[in-house]
Amino acid sequence: MSNPTQLRYSKEHEWLTAAEDGVSTVGITEHAANALGDVVFVQLPEVGDSVTAGETCGELESTKSVSDLYSPVSGEITEVNEDVVNDPSLVNSAPFEGGWLFKVRVTDEPADLLTAAEYEAHTAG
Amino acid sequence: MSSTEPRRTALDALHRSLGATMTDFAGWDMPLRYGSERDEHNAVRTRAGLFDLSHMGEIAVTGPAAAALLDHALVGNIGGVKPGRARYTMICREDGGILDDLIVYRLGDTETPEYLVVANASNAQVVLDALRERSAGFDAEVRDDRDAYALLAVQGPESQGILASLTDADLDGLKYYAGLPGTVAGIPALIARTGYTGEDGFELFVKPEHAVELWQALTKAGEGAGLVPCGLSCRDTLRLEAGMPLYGNELSPSLTPFDAGFGRVVKFEKEGDFVGRAALAEAAERAAAEPPRVLVGLVAEGRRVPRAGYAVVSGGEVVGEVTSGAPSPTLGKPIAMAYVDPAYAQPGTEGVGVDIRGSHEPYEVVALPFYKRQK
Repeated sequence: MSNPTQLRYSKEHEWLTAAEDGVSTVGITEHAANALGDVVFVQLPEVGDSVTAGETCGELESTKSVSDLYSPVSGEITEVNEDVVNDPSLVNSAPFEGGWLFKVRVTDEPADLLTAAEYEAHTAG
Repeated sequence: MSSTEPRRTALDALHRSLGATMTDFAGWDMPLRYGSERDEHNAVRTRAGLFDLSHMGEIAVTGPAAAALLDHALVGNIGGVKPGRARYTMICREDGGILDDLIVYRLGDTETPEYLVVANASNAQVVLDALRERSAGFDAEVRDDRDAYALLAVQGPESQGILASLTDADLDGLKYYAGLPGTVAGIPALIARTGYTGEDGFELFVKPEHAVELWQALTKAGEGAGLVPCGLSCRDTLRLEAGMPLYGNELSPSLTPFDAGFGRVVKFEKEGDFVGRAALAEAAERAAAEPPRVLVGLVAEGRRVPRAGYAVVSGGEVVGEVTSGAPSPTLGKPIAMAYVDPAYAQPGTEGVGVDIRGSHEPYEVVALPFYKRQK
């Protein structure tokens, strides 16, 4: 399992891209997707919603469980991935690509976001 | 058990080499899934799946009074089980509460009766203790055979063809809920036509030292037929679609078989007294006079998945409780089993929903099972 080095990560297993015009894309990591198993339902925030770093902003349901989705940063939702709402299996098949979840205009980010190497250390063992 | 270390089956290293996601289940480290649990589920429905079920608890009951002991200790009519056949039954407390559900195999080809009782992993010790306690005064031996067996299951429409390529046993003559001793890939096995998936299939009880060799032989034999290794996650969705109860979800010590909708397993007409008879007779009368909650199926209209413990609601009132829920790969929708008040148990009852974390989602009441294989 390899975590793209150009991304940053939260301890709650979200990834986010470097901001482009102030907007970052967010998803969950392959590690998290594997731990969940087949994702069957995603509930995402709505465009225009304010999200706060470390707080829940949606849900991911898999065969065995339901998990909260956390936003890794604070800001305003600018876009959600309708493809993943219609086909939640994208979270499993392409967690870092087609399985992205939402885009957020970042107003604040926590100091403890991780690099790929730090995230790997966080999930090891 | 004093140790907190999970127990590992004889196939543990093999599961890890296959990349299984492991999970703790009743003190055992078991494969949850190898890849996608949905794909594993669909493989069992359409082709075949291979399971390690070595966590199940085997208990041998032997001796001249073995049948009399089981008739006394369990609620079913075990004396009436013919050699080579098996019976689904339950063991209850004196107050009628369900201690476990069991499959009892009457082993064939033996001079004296010999039975193999298979308990749920989580209850094996409880069942063993109860059988030993209840054996006082019977000329019968209760033997803990948990370490004597590994249990592999081949389930799905292709399972007979796969197994037939490895055994001379008469599989055509082996009926559902029957078992016979034989060899599979040269390995001595009790070959049983039982399962927990709603499909045709076989369960193979072998010595643990033969488990890896048997797994590999089955894998090779199943290659062309699309057999895949399957974990406990898909076993749960398969049994849920088939409407089969799971101890700890649908069955518990706080319910009698009559409260759980499984009164048919209690055989009052059998010879002799049995543990729980008086309480169960009362429970049967009570259930007839004032029907208890009914185990029904629920099918989602939306996509949110009901989970065990969620309330079933109607008109803002709680009318039942979900016992098991999951996304159904076969139906393509979330499904659940739930105990509901009798007034809401009729298939098609209007206005029934499940409280999914505060939101009342509409559900259709259906009769169980959700899925029945075409024979």
